[in-house]
Amino acid sequence: MTSLANLQTGDSLEKIELSPVSRLDLIKYAGASGDFNPIHTIDEDAKKAGLPGIIAHGMWTMGNLAKLFTPYLEEGFVQDYIIRFAGMVFLDDVITLKAELAEKTDDVLTFNVAAENQKGKDVIKGSVNFKLHK
Amino acid sequence: MFEHMIGKRSEKVLNTVERGAVKKFAASIGDEHPVYLDPEYAKKSRFGKNIAPVTFPRVFDYGQIEALKLPKQGLIHGEQRFHYERPLFVGEDVYCYTEIKDYYEKTGSSGRMGFLVTENNGDDAEGNQIFSSTSVIIINEAVRKGMEEA
Repeated sequence: MTSLANLQTGDSLEKIELSPVSRLDLIKYAGASGDFNPIHTIDEDAKKAGLPGIIAHGMWTMGNLAKLFTPYLEEGFVQDYIIRFAGMVFLDDVITLKAELAEKTDDVLTFNVAAENQKGKDVIKGSVNFKLHK
Repeated sequence: MFEHMIGKRSEKVLNTVERGAVKKFAASIGDEHPVYLDPEYAKKSRFGKNIAPVTFPRVFDYGQIEALKLPKQGLIHGEQRFHYERPLFVGEDVYCYTEIKDYYEKTGSSGRMGFLVTENNGDDAEGNQIFSSTSVIIINEAVRKGMEEA
């Protein structure tokens, strides 16, 4: 595995394609996070709220996206993680996680990050500042 | 609608970064790396201890702000930010509270929307900040009107 510190501006981390979103994924996240808003797990409640069906927790997608950086935690840590929720994630969507190095200083690497659905639309996007250990 | 709430805070609540909770959380986002889960791996790692995933602070109790009533439905999570001074360690105590940072309204194509900015904070026992987590919650026109009439 390459070191983050060796990346050049414009380089990307290896993309991760998630398995199609399943109801069980969202039930597990509800339990693990304590967010039991029923629009994420119960069809009738999602429909009552005007949605075509249940949608993933935005924080589930955001949690997944951060794992692009987990293999590099020996080199530093995520200091800032900023996300705008740009679109909904539905059951069976196939989400791809991506990160590209945008800026680099001595000790901070700034990545543009996004999670994209199977239609090529970014459902969340933002940035990560990865602080390298001194 | 929430302008008068800006600056209001909850009392600090003691939370612990529980090993079992970290394990469940890591599994739920498919991020089961030994840096989070394996004490032996952690001992040899840079941090010396297991740490929690970046978005883990979602699980903490931040207490309640008095008189803040939000509807159960019709809220949209618009933005989310995390800032860390250092990673969170598994097993450590964290003192958490929440603060209303801002409220403003904007008129867009779908009517007049409210934007509520709340900041969740986690401090160590000495009161030093470990992390902050800021959410922008969008309150759509229908919900906003309903609340004003209530």
